[in-house]
Amino acid sequence: MMDQILRFISVSDANVRYVLIGSMLLGMAAGIIGTFALLRKRSLLGDALAHAALPGVGLGFLLTLSKSIVPLFIGASIAGILGVLTIIGITRTNRIKQDAAIGITLSVYFGAGIVLLTYIQRLPSGNQSGLDKFLFGQAASMLPSDIMMMSIVSLLVILIVIALFKEFRLLIFDQAFLATLGYPVHILDILLMVLVVFVVMIGLQAVGVVLMAALLITPAAGARFWTENLRSMIILAAVFGAFSGVVGTFLSSLAPRIPTGPVMVLAATMFFVISAVSAPRRGLAAKLLQLRHNRRKMQQEHFLRAAIEWLELHHESKAIPLKAFIGRTEMPISKLKRVTAWLIDKRMIKFSSSNHIQLTQKGYDKALQIVKSHRLWEYYLLYRMQLQEDHLHRDADEIEHILTPDLIDQIEKILQNEGVDTSNVVSVHPLHQ
Amino acid sequence: MNSGTNNNIPIEIHDMTVAYHKKPVLWDIDVTAPEGKLIGIIGPNGAGKSTLVKAVLDLIPKASGWVKIYGQPYTDMRSLVGYVPQKESVDWDFPVNVRDVVLMGLYGQLGWFKRPKKQHIKSAEDSLKQVDMEDYADRQISQLSGGQQQRVFLARALAQDAQIYLMDEPFAGVDAATENAIIKLLSNLREKGKTVLVVHHDLSTIPKYFDWLMMLNMRIIAAGPVKEVFTTENLRRTYGGKLTVLTEAADKISQAGSVHK
Amino acid sequence: MELSAAFWIILTGSLVAASCGILGSFLVLRKMSLIGDAISHSVLPGIAIAFIISASRDVLPMIIGASAFGLLTVFLIEILNKKWRVQEDASIGIIYTALFAIGVILISMMAGHIDLDQECVLYGEIAYTPWDIVIINGAEWGPRPVWFIGTVFIINILFIRTFYKEMVISSFDPALAMSLGFNVSLLHYLFMGMVSLTTVASFESVGAILVVAMLIVPGATAYLWTNRLPVMLILSVIFGILSSVFGYLLATYWESSIAGAMTVAAGILFLVSILLAPQYGLLGKFYNHLKLSVSFASDHLLLLLYRQLEREPQTLVIPGAVYQSTSTGRLPTLLALMKNRRDGRISKRKKHLYLTDSGKEMAHQLIQRHRLWERFASRELGLPDDEHVHESAHRMEHFIDENITEELYQVVNNEKSSKSKAKDKYEKK
Repeated sequence: MMDQILRFISVSDANVRYVLIGSMLLGMAAGIIGTFALLRKRSLLGDALAHAALPGVGLGFLLTLSKSIVPLFIGASIAGILGVLTIIGITRTNRIKQDAAIGITLSVYFGAGIVLLTYIQRLPSGNQSGLDKFLFGQAASMLPSDIMMMSIVSLLVILIVIALFKEFRLLIFDQAFLATLGYPVHILDILLMVLVVFVVMIGLQAVGVVLMAALLITPAAGARFWTENLRSMIILAAVFGAFSGVVGTFLSSLAPRIPTGPVMVLAATMFFVISAVSAPRRGLAAKLLQLRHNRRKMQQEHFLRAAIEWLELHHESKAIPLKAFIGRTEMPISKLKRVTAWLIDKRMIKFSSSNHIQLTQKGYDKALQIVKSHRLWEYYLLYRMQLQEDHLHRDADEIEHILTPDLIDQIEKILQNEGVDTSNVVSVHPLHQ
Repeated sequence: MNSGTNNNIPIEIHDMTVAYHKKPVLWDIDVTAPEGKLIGIIGPNGAGKSTLVKAVLDLIPKASGWVKIYGQPYTDMRSLVGYVPQKESVDWDFPVNVRDVVLMGLYGQLGWFKRPKKQHIKSAEDSLKQVDMEDYADRQISQLSGGQQQRVFLARALAQDAQIYLMDEPFAGVDAATENAIIKLLSNLREKGKTVLVVHHDLSTIPKYFDWLMMLNMRIIAAGPVKEVFTTENLRRTYGGKLTVLTEAADKISQAGSVHK
Repeated sequence: MELSAAFWIILTGSLVAASCGILGSFLVLRKMSLIGDAISHSVLPGIAIAFIISASRDVLPMIIGASAFGLLTVFLIEILNKKWRVQEDASIGIIYTALFAIGVILISMMAGHIDLDQECVLYGEIAYTPWDIVIINGAEWGPRPVWFIGTVFIINILFIRTFYKEMVISSFDPALAMSLGFNVSLLHYLFMGMVSLTTVASFESVGAILVVAMLIVPGATAYLWTNRLPVMLILSVIFGILSSVFGYLLATYWESSIAGAMTVAAGILFLVSILLAPQYGLLGKFYNHLKLSVSFASDHLLLLLYRQLEREPQTLVIPGAVYQSTSTGRLPTLLALMKNRRDGRISKRKKHLYLTDSGKEMAHQLIQRHRLWERFASRELGLPDDEHVHESAHRMEHFIDENITEELYQVVNNEKSSKSKAKDKYEKK
């Protein structure tokens, strides 16, 4: 076992090296093309295509009685394209919707493929055909010539995408606009479809028809979490795909009984889950952190507003007793302690005695801004939206944390235009008095 | 206005904010609908007219505020409220006939498990008669024209025998016959003392069709009798573009993600 | 023995097909075919885990395991789609491939320990059904799969009977169902639970792929034939049973996988329906199209003869000339000629065509309509009074029925058209 791992990692074995490079290129090509398929909302078309390829594999074998990859590839491509045309034909000619059309095509073509496969297995020459490898994939059983083909087609696909990147991007984003620029939209669309067909076909041996779709969809969907930029999304999807290919090949070479396809799919799924959890901004962890950050920010701002409100009532004093905050912020003592600690850390407040705090200049400025935005928003609701006064506070409570200085200025201007005097919204003595 | 227990008010919307994906689309709607009136809801595209109707019906969650139907929460008063969705909201290829669709209006009364009986079928056919569609009861819905589809939806709401009707753009894309049928129907409903809220697009017909008006653009611009509120000034404020402050604040909220849980 | 084996296999296939067909009709109508596809793949790990834990083919652990994974699939797809904003079809693809992969790996790792292998997962062991006999107290009670799927079939029937009304309203108009107070999502999950249960009952005898096929294809086929939901449900069952009978015959003929052949049979039935179904089939559409073309051709033919006679009453028209001077194509023109001769509007003497009196009357009407539209087009549509109105009338004359004629008359014969009235009004202001 150890020996095997070492041999694999060192890539000293020529065959292992080829398989590795091949599955890496395959994963890359699938990730790249999958990104376009995903954004074009055609994820499951790849699935139907892969399933539909099976009878083509069977027929290719039956007609040539050879395991050579070329006839199988051609057969699979024709059957796959026929499958896509079937879907289009079904939805165009009658009221069956696309989802059912995909399901029908996928299952019926696949059933026909199974019929052919079981038929071939009964032929004298069919026993060793090894066509059942096409169901779930077996990278280890690929011949050097297969890998050669796989690599060449993958590279070709990648190169075409690089060359036509600008066109494909606009095709996905705004097809009508691309057409007005004079590009042959339909030809580009068909080309993209043909590239999907190619990737699916070269993946069949390694991944199998059943799960090939995952190699198109999952890396691309995972990459989507990390970036808003198509170029980086494609690169990430290619990386995820390449790693999934390598991991799948590696693990299934350790345990030959386990087919390659499912392992690759699980590897891709793992990348997807990692992305969904840990990607910045869109990821789950980032969202939870953001939520906690917002909550804490709100608590601190409520504390600061309470401080100003207390100061407005008590003009003679600058030191605010801590217990004044209990009623004003409606926070439990333990929470209050933590909020105090955060604000001290930020140098917004300081203790003036053991149970009194005082605002620093920084804290004072911040607090003033919060109160101002709160009250301006209240005015705004009152004058522009004609709300009843009792509704005001709750709304301003929430909005004050997100109004940017920009927006506050805008609101102030609107109010001034309406003839509202906004100069005295906060009536507190300045700190340095 | 804020007592919240007024039993004569068909719909009282109190301080309701509605958000899609955390981005507010309706701000602090606070309005009451008077009883027995035909009430138009108007506003530009994206003003939140359909959203308002859906939020009243609890079809989408409210970020804050509440709605009361005759002083009670909507969930207790469902049977009093009939809904006419936009006709594009369903798949008209669905294999049912006109009578089946109208019967659906009675499913709420029937509750789980029970099946419609003769009297229900009778009342469904009566409703069809009110919209001049009695001859189409056995027609498959896939074979109806746009106006006929709209009338089937109206008949379905009639079958509910509600006190309050909420209609989402019933006049959109219908033929003259249907338009007349709807107008006839609306005035019948008013005679029976029902309250009808209609999302409407065509400004020119407002004084003719409605008694009362809610002018909406992300927030209530004006609400009241047509004679009082249907003014150039209010129209300018309703259709004169969105308030950038509200739009920007909404963007900020959706980015922050936490406020308006 | 051979015959009874065939009987049990066909019975099993039919029960699977019927159970799936009923639920599948609703899947198709709810546009959730692919969720059905996903569930029928992703119950596999549930089944495998039940095997590992119970170390047997007991039904109960399998049902629990599979239903749990079926509902998990639906739930995860929803999370991905709604919470993480992954497109729906991509969510389906990600979840079902991942779960199916886990199932395949579990089964490959256990190969040899259990009597389930990778291929069997896909296309089942329906051929062995007759030998998997339930024995109670030494008596044979028929094949186990038949009992299992038969029970599920009855449960499905009961489910649809009980919740028919709720299923219809929540499929057709979920918003209305919600506003009426029905718990739409509860019903959704109940339905998905039924799909999972049906899948697991079908799974080991027919494999994943036949389940997918039977969930979608018979329902979609039935949808082509009818506009009535009850009829659609019954048809889907019938198509399912037909598929399994024909599939079995095909499989014995080809000596191939029975499940695969049943799928192919279902596909063939679907193809035939696409061609033959009366309203939505291609043949029906072709027939309607032809009927329309014939009626166009008939109008053209009458007009042609009429004008010819108007100009030079002595000219004789031969059929060959007719074909050349109409634009509707040979076949419709020929059919139109035959139809008009049968109806006595056109007669043929010495290889020449004449209009009869009723033919002249008809042609006269047509011309009136044509001119009516020309006047309407120039007045109301503001078309220039040249070929424009003629072409417009040429297109429209076929569609003008009595109602429209009446309305056109009113418009055209009014002192002033509505448009010019509006103009007057405007000018007065």
